[in-house]
Amino acid sequence: MAFKLNPQLSTGAAIFSYCTDPSQIEGLAWLSCYLSTGKHMALYWSVLTVLALLAVTGPAALAFGFGGASAARSRVAPLRWFGKTYIALVRGVPDIAFFLFFVIALDQGIEYLRHKALCPDWDQPIRQGNDFIVCQAAKMPLGNSPQWVHETYGFALAVLTFAIVFGAFAANVLYGAMRAVPREQLETAEAYGMNHRQIFRRVLVPQMWVYALPGLGNLWMVLIKATPLLFLLGVEDIVYWARELGGSKTPRFTDYPHPDWRIWYFLALLVFYLIFTRISELVIARLMRRLTLGQATTAGEAQRKAA
Amino acid sequence: MRNILLATTALTLSAGLAFAESHGKTIRMGTEGAYPPYNYLDDKGEVAGFERELGDELCLRAELTCEWVTNDWDSIIPNLVSGNYDTIIAGMSITDERDQVIDFSTPYTLPDPSAFIALSSDVDVNTSVIAAQTGTIQASHVASMDGATLVEFATPEETIAAVKNGEADAALADKGFFEPIVEAESDIFFVGEDVLLGGGIGLGLRESDGELREKFNAAIESMKDDGSLNTLIEKHLPGSATF
Repeated sequence: MAFKLNPQLSTGAAIFSYCTDPSQIEGLAWLSCYLSTGKHMALYWSVLTVLALLAVTGPAALAFGFGGASAARSRVAPLRWFGKTYIALVRGVPDIAFFLFFVIALDQGIEYLRHKALCPDWDQPIRQGNDFIVCQAAKMPLGNSPQWVHETYGFALAVLTFAIVFGAFAANVLYGAMRAVPREQLETAEAYGMNHRQIFRRVLVPQMWVYALPGLGNLWMVLIKATPLLFLLGVEDIVYWARELGGSKTPRFTDYPHPDWRIWYFLALLVFYLIFTRISELVIARLMRRLTLGQATTAGEAQRKAA
Repeated sequence: MRNILLATTALTLSAGLAFAESHGKTIRMGTEGAYPPYNYLDDKGEVAGFERELGDELCLRAELTCEWVTNDWDSIIPNLVSGNYDTIIAGMSITDERDQVIDFSTPYTLPDPSAFIALSSDVDVNTSVIAAQTGTIQASHVASMDGATLVEFATPEETIAAVKNGEADAALADKGFFEPIVEAESDIFFVGEDVLLGGGIGLGLRESDGELREKFNAAIESMKDDGSLNTLIEKHLPGSATF
């Protein structure tokens, strides 16, 4: 059921038969061999990792944002405080500090709880000087689990951290959007006898998206470009591989020696990110037209007149 | 959306539980994978080099099951201490400063000379801008040199690039790392005197892991005794001192 983040790359067996001695070939044939080494496969795989991360994190961050925004405008005081604290706290801490501190704290927190549950008769302290020691059975993932479990775990931590960070920003956007829905709309709903929950679900939420979308679109763009932070969590992303592959290689350590090619790899990354953000922009623009339909906004009014 | 979250949580938990039953610990060997010939990633994307061969042999002799993981140099010690892997085997020289945070095995190389490289052989390293990798003994050495200015980079590869594009006049790193580069490229030269830094390279271990340290020490000792360590050093680090 789990998906592998880093498939066991076939051991050295080149994809093309003519790749056995790369020093004898040149031109396109050499390039095709070079671009199909195990290391390059890892690069292509990391592209998929980044796309998968975005596909999971986008909705997850939106869910966190929706929860945060709903909590922040709740009529229950503790819930409201919680929502507002979440938004203020996470928005105020630099991403990089959050990624370094929070993930290690979260990881150790999980291991601490498992340790308490699984090894009740453990008598040594958990903190020994600089070391954080829990019993073997409490390790997350276990010390003897294969590498892909470690990677999947790292990936899951990454998704959670991204979702919490970007969720706070999304919460702020949604909170503002909810307040931007014209008061008259809600009053009319009240006049029809709807209760608070009905108004929230049937009137407020459907109308707020059009106000939220520009802010959410911005966030999505920032999220796309924030993926190099992944390497802080031990997930090897495209920027890591571009740097590793682009660095100059001497003949002693590789069959494909080359000078510093990082500029080409980074150029490829640039194109990748530009294409990706451009597609995102087009999708967001479409979505905006869709959401504006029949709304009490200037753009909605313009659409009505044009129709 | 909640389902996705639940699924990810369930996935990590069940993955953890599924392996909870089997015992026997795998030793995770943490390395950088960017410092040939000590450790690097080969064309297949696997860890290779002097420390790969050495580590595999040590694990064999200590009867341990080992697995290789790569980690950024900057966070290589914090991740050892918080238990993400069990050893650091990444060309890390034994220094007092590091010894306060982690423990080291007995050294498996003698103190290796560090060397300067530059684009011309008449650069005076005592008065120039020198590139070194962050958090290395070479970086602290340059910082302590009076007339020289230190510029730090995250990877050793970038220090060479800095010399080539003129950002730095010279770079300082282990001689064993620079040797293949000076050999392969006609416009890079060794300059100045070599310097002897650190107390040799050892495996980094958590301070609480005394038992594992003893196992590795015994294995290193046995490789020193039968000469196989010297053979490995001669194979991968020609020009380095042997035991």
